Amino acid sequence: MSTTSTKLSVSDLDASYGDHQVLHSIDMDIPAKEVTALIGPSGCGKSTYLRCLNRMHELTTAATVNGTVQLDGADIYHDDIDPVLLRRHIGMVFQKPAPFPTWSIADNVLAGLKLTGGVPDNADEIVEKALKGAALWEEVKDKLDKPGTSLSGGQQQRLCIARAITVEPDVLLMDEPCSAIDPVATARVENLIHELGENYTIVVVTHNMQQAARISDKTAFLMMGELVEFDETSKLFSNPSKQETEDYITGKFG
Amino acid sequence: MMNKDQRIGGRIAEWGFRIVCLAAVIIPLLVLATLIVDVAIDGAQRLSWEFISSYPSRIPEQAGVLPALVGSLFVIALTGLLAIPIGVAAAVYLNEYGKNSWVANIIEINIANLAGVPSVVYGLLGLGLFVRFAGMGRSVLAAGCTLALLILPIVIMASREALRSVPGSLREASYGLGATKWETIRQVVLPMALPGILTGTILSISRAIGETAPLIVVGAVAYMTFLPDGLDSSFSVLPIQIYDWTTRPQPEFLINAAAGIVVLLSVMLLLNAAAILLRNKYQKRMY
Repeated sequence: MSTTSTKLSVSDLDASYGDHQVLHSIDMDIPAKEVTALIGPSGCGKSTYLRCLNRMHELTTAATVNGTVQLDGADIYHDDIDPVLLRRHIGMVFQKPAPFPTWSIADNVLAGLKLTGGVPDNADEIVEKALKGAALWEEVKDKLDKPGTSLSGGQQQRLCIARAITVEPDVLLMDEPCSAIDPVATARVENLIHELGENYTIVVVTHNMQQAARISDKTAFLMMGELVEFDETSKLFSNPSKQETEDYITGKFG
Repeated sequence: MMNKDQRIGGRIAEWGFRIVCLAAVIIPLLVLATLIVDVAIDGAQRLSWEFISSYPSRIPEQAGVLPALVGSLFVIALTGLLAIPIGVAAAVYLNEYGKNSWVANIIEINIANLAGVPSVVYGLLGLGLFVRFAGMGRSVLAAGCTLALLILPIVIMASREALRSVPGSLREASYGLGATKWETIRQVVLPMALPGILTGTILSISRAIGETAPLIVVGAVAYMTFLPDGLDSSFSVLPIQIYDWTTRPQPEFLINAAAGIVVLLSVMLLLNAAAILLRNKYQKRMY
C-alpha cells in the first residue's frame, strides 16, 4: 500500500440537527484513490459525516455544519462554492438503490448528464463504459431500453454506481451501499468498490466490520459523533491503539 | 384444539361485516343506475343528431343543445387551461419549496377550507371580481375564471398529494448527481407525480362541468341563438340549459331536459375516459 496524497481534508467539523449536535470536531485526512471505510455503532454519526462531505447534510431542515472540509486544498464550505456544482465532483451512492422509475437503464446511467443539461453525441459509449465500470454491462447490454427498476436489487445498486461514475466525480461517497441487497449481490458490489478504489477516492459507510476489512485501505471508527481512531485497515483491525476500538471490533458492544 | 367450530362466533361476525360492506357498494350503485336509466328512457325519444345540432326554440320538438354544448366545452377548456398550470405550480411550491415553513402550513389549511366553500359563493366572487371589477362582463372568460377558482383548491390538494408520494430518495439521488432543485423537480419529481396529478385534475374538471349555481350568478343565459365566438362572448352551458327546460310550463320540455342530461353525462364520461387513458399511458411508463 503506497502512501498517497490527501484528497479530502476535514478539520474541526461539527454537525447538528437543530439543537442536537451529531458530530464533534472531526479531524481527518482522506487519502486520494483509496477506499476509506467509516465504521461505528448505529447513530454514531457516520452517515451524517458522509453527507457533510458533499454538502447533502445541509438539505435537511435545521441542519448546520461548522468547520472546514477541503477538496484538493479548497474549502467546500467557502461562500464562493456552489453546492450543486460541488456534488458533480463528489458523487454519492445511497443505502437503498434508487434508480429513476420512469427512466430506462441507459437513461439512468446518463441521468447525471440528462439532469444537468445535456447528453453528448457519444452517449452510447458513455453508457457502455459506465456499465462496464460498474460490472453490469454483460447483464444488461441487451435490455438497455428496459426500465431501471426492472433489475434485481443488487443490479439496481450497481446501476446507481454506474450512474454516479458517469459524471466523472473525483470522490465517491457510499452510504451503506450493501445493506439493502442480498449476500451474492453484496459480494459483487464489494468487488466493484475495491476495483473502483484504483481510480476514485471512495468513502464508504458500513455497519459491517468484515466488509470494512475486506474492501478498505483505511478505516475510521466513530463513536458518539467523535472520531475515535483512524488508521490503516489492517492495523486498526489487528492492533487497534484505543480500547474502545478494540471493544467494538471484538464485539463487546455495538 | 384448533377445531373450526371453536371460532364460529368470529366467523359469523366476519360474514356479517362482509355483507354490510358489499351492501355499501351495491346500494348507491343501484340508486345511481336507476336514475340514469330513468333519465335515458325519458330522453330517448328526443335524442337525435338534430337535438345536438339545433339551437333553443319555443317549440320543444325543435329545441336543441348546440350552443349550450359548445359553451360547456369552451368554458371547461378555459377552466382547465387556467386552473391546471396554476394549481400544479402552487402544489410544487407548497411541497418542494415552502415545505415545513409556517406560511406554507397556513396556506395549506386555508386551501383545504376553500375546497369546502359552496360553489355559489365562488359565483358571487366571480360576479364581483371578474364580471364587474375586471370588466369581463357576462362572458365565457368570466365563467372560465370563476370555475377555475372553484376547482383550484382541489387541483392543488390532489397535485400536492401526488408530489408527496414521490420518494425522497429519488430527490436525494438527483441532488447527489449535481442536479439543481429545478432540474430535479422538472425531470424526476413531476414525471413521477403526473398520473396522480392527472387523476385529481380529472375529478375536478368533472365537477366543474356539472356546476350550475356559480354560472347562474356569473350570468350564463339559457336562450342562445348563436354560438359563443370569443372570450368576451355571452354563453350558455348544459346544466343551465337543462335547468331552464325543467322550469318551463310545457311538460314536453321535461323530455328535452332528460335528453340534455344524457348529453351532459356523455360529455363528462368522454372527458373522463380520455383523461384516464392519458393517465394510464403515463402510468405504464412507471414500473
